[in-house]
Amino acid sequence: MSLPGILDRSLTDLSRALERREVSSEEVTLASLSRIEATDGRLHAFLRVAPERAVADARAADARRARGEARSRLDGIPIALKDIFLTRGLETTCGSRILEGFVPPFDATVVERLAAAGAVVLGKLNMDEFAMGSSNENSAFGPCRNPWDLERTPGGSSGGSAAAVAARQVFGALGTDTGGSIRQPASLCGVVGVKPTYGRVSRYGVVAFASSLDQVGPIARTVPDAATLLGAVAGHDPRDQTSSTLPVPDYLEGLEGGARGLRIGVPREWFQGGSEAGVERRVREALAAYEAMGATLVDVELPHAKYGVAAYYLVAPAEASSNLARYDGVRFGLRAPARTLGEMYGETRDRGFGAEPKRRIMLGTYALSAGYYDAYYLRAQKVRTLVRRDFDRAFERCDLVAGPVSPTVAFRLGEKVADPLQMYLADVFTISCNLAALPGLSVPAGLHPESGLPIGLQLVGRPFDEATMLRAARALEREMGPAPAPGAIG
Amino acid sequence: MSGWQLVIGLEVHAQLLTRSKIFCGCPTTFGAEPNAHVCPVCLGMPGVLPALNRQVVEFAVRTGLALGCAIQEKSVFARKNYFYPDLPKGYQVSQYELPICQGGEVEFALDGAERRVRLTRIHMEEDAGKNLHGVAADGSSGVDLNRAGVPLLEIVSEPDIRSIDEAVEYLKALRAVLMYLGVNDGNLEEGSFRCDANVSVMPVGSTVLGTRCEIKNMNSFRFLRQAIEYEMRRQVEILEGGGKIVQETRLFDPQRGETRSMRSKEEAHDYRYFPEPDLPPVRVPAAWIEEARRALPELPRARAARYQRDLGLSAYDAAVLTADRRTAEFFDAALVARGGGAEAAKRIANLINGEVARLANEAGSGAPQGKLAPAALAGVVRLVDEGVIGGPGVRQVIEELFREGGDPQAIVAARGLAQVSDESAVEAAADAVIAASPDEVARYRAGNAKLLGFLVGQVMKGMKGKGNPAVVNAVLRRKLGSP
Repeated sequence: MSLPGILDRSLTDLSRALERREVSSEEVTLASLSRIEATDGRLHAFLRVAPERAVADARAADARRARGEARSRLDGIPIALKDIFLTRGLETTCGSRILEGFVPPFDATVVERLAAAGAVVLGKLNMDEFAMGSSNENSAFGPCRNPWDLERTPGGSSGGSAAAVAARQVFGALGTDTGGSIRQPASLCGVVGVKPTYGRVSRYGVVAFASSLDQVGPIARTVPDAATLLGAVAGHDPRDQTSSTLPVPDYLEGLEGGARGLRIGVPREWFQGGSEAGVERRVREALAAYEAMGATLVDVELPHAKYGVAAYYLVAPAEASSNLARYDGVRFGLRAPARTLGEMYGETRDRGFGAEPKRRIMLGTYALSAGYYDAYYLRAQKVRTLVRRDFDRAFERCDLVAGPVSPTVAFRLGEKVADPLQMYLADVFTISCNLAALPGLSVPAGLHPESGLPIGLQLVGRPFDEATMLRAARALEREMGPAPAPGAIG
Repeated sequence: MSGWQLVIGLEVHAQLLTRSKIFCGCPTTFGAEPNAHVCPVCLGMPGVLPALNRQVVEFAVRTGLALGCAIQEKSVFARKNYFYPDLPKGYQVSQYELPICQGGEVEFALDGAERRVRLTRIHMEEDAGKNLHGVAADGSSGVDLNRAGVPLLEIVSEPDIRSIDEAVEYLKALRAVLMYLGVNDGNLEEGSFRCDANVSVMPVGSTVLGTRCEIKNMNSFRFLRQAIEYEMRRQVEILEGGGKIVQETRLFDPQRGETRSMRSKEEAHDYRYFPEPDLPPVRVPAAWIEEARRALPELPRARAARYQRDLGLSAYDAAVLTADRRTAEFFDAALVARGGGAEAAKRIANLINGEVARLANEAGSGAPQGKLAPAALAGVVRLVDEGVIGGPGVRQVIEELFREGGDPQAIVAARGLAQVSDESAVEAAADAVIAASPDEVARYRAGNAKLLGFLVGQVMKGMKGKGNPAVVNAVLRRKLGSP
């Protein structure tokens, strides 16, 4: 394998090349770092690059390979992490001024697991502040851009993760998904993004946004790449009591099993003109491709899906208002100078938080207030139960539910900034999955007929049945052929 | 204050004697350097999650069973949201709508009558840290988070309490139960057993409760009495003056013996409780509850009843012996060592509740029996029974055993504490006293029987306190004849 082309190869291909000693981890890591150096001034996918540490880790991986002691398929592979994951000794800001300068004393569980697998972390990726946003424009450190069109957003909140993977800066990344924050940017950047079942991956060491919805997942260029990363981080963690004790299957096993015999549910509510025409066309073509591959399409109904966004914007801000209370200037992060305690709290939080966290803290505080709790928070929780029941009923008749990820292709920077409600609707198709705690993914389904921007297909699976979802996504990926690379970044 | 009925409900916060904190592995020991017992979890760092300590649930179940509560098979942790520097996460993980225990009661005796105070609930929660003011040279405040995350049980009573004495007896009985169960050390001063009181008054005969005030910061029974007494007087004065009680939280100031307003109902926090999403509901299987029920120790009131019934101890002695489990166990062990029996029980109880309690009181802290071993106390009783030592000797032996430990017989020998029972020695001393006190002897013989005590005292004095009182008595009676 020649070095110049190696960054275009998949994680899985690179893993084989490393195994055959055709290339060293150090060489690939240096190539990735050069790529970041050359492109990130325009892209701004990274908030922080840690080259010395990465090269040292790569050399260690090469030494293990030389001794025949490779830790896993990920040993020596350059990846990067959304800046929501705590990394010991490496600043972690969660895209917020309030955590500027915060150097965690420990690694998130998923970071530990990636390290144990030998993955080489190149740095921390841009994101919407506290994962609140759908465009990466809420990053306190400036937006990340879409490698398909630098005037457009990569989506969010894991925008940096999707952009870095799409732009061949890294071979894979971890993101988090609370209402679509992995799947939507993956769709808008033309890569694969997986949000596992709630409880499949530990949240320990992941800065909390909405604890009952947050879930960690991979973003990668191919389905096997994503499956490899998911397998490395999934599984019970005693430090996260919401993590499941169910065993983790080998996601690569059976991945090439095709779509024959699968029953794919098509929810009427997701095809009622909510998406732009080009998006719906590609999604329907993907469904037709499944039929051609031997799957059956089944009409299903998700009658409560339409309440999803409203319920989400009560539950998520309510939990966020509580989760963000710890940023008070007392123990870590920013502390504004002040004479009184009240002033310290007020000034610190006023300077430290951007507009979106402030908006959600206020929304959530209101929703939990005495006299409003029943009407807002409690009712929203009831909607969650109803949404979950919709899916349970649908899964009596199908194995997967399919539809669009995002109603549009990547939108222009600034296009929705002034109208938070429009921005919130970017997640209209992805939110149900979080509310119902189900696994979902975005897999490339072609380019928009006019703009040439990528479009993702969303697949939603039964609880803890990531395997079927990944197998179906892999079948489409093979049918579509190699996904094109973005052109805007060179 | 006549014409007014006092009404009290109590909320007790009891620190649980687990080795580690409720949601992390940090130790719970008291008195360490500030912030020595902290980790990312109890510091509330970004990304951390709570992992519930199983022992906390076991202790809560044990306590609930001992107090007759209904143990809930499913209970839910909730977040209580408020900002304070000693609260690292900006919320306290507590229980709200679904606590682990509901109902129950505390039983105790008051002026010889049986009383029961109903419990509303018991729930599990984490303690906060402590703000330390003026610790730095520049006058700024510090925060010590050693206590943050120490497990607490909050035990809430119904407003069933009608007097200050009743409040104190309720707390003593509850404290004894918690200490018996080994879930709490009962230390009010160090704050491991804390109490807030909801106090109101209503006209005697009324059934409508008055507006209540919550009184905080009473870290001794004495302060609790002072605070409630002050608060009752304050409320009665307001009402008799035609005023209205404002529902509020008031802080007791031990220096002034007063309560003062901390925050009014309008200023009260809206805690925005909601179920803690980081912890699944706590499920206590029925089998678990049954196992805990079987493992319950004998509780103080049952033990006291047994001491009265089987050993013939007085209600007072039985209650004092059983108030502290260590003391009751010491008593049991000493009684076994002395061979049992009502007579021995009475003697042992007298020594424990008398001399030993006095020494413990003087010592102030430490084990209630010092270095005294149960077998040693039994040995002391045997020496008394055998006439080897008398009252003054007993005091000295016990004092040395309490401070240094050891063998009573050896101490008696080493210190020359054995009393003189030899009749000829006593007779010589008695003859000397009779010769020296012709006046008293004559009055005794004329019928003043009380003078025997004086004469016995003189003989004892002559024998430097070492005469066997029984022998001295008998010899004197014989020599003096009938009064």
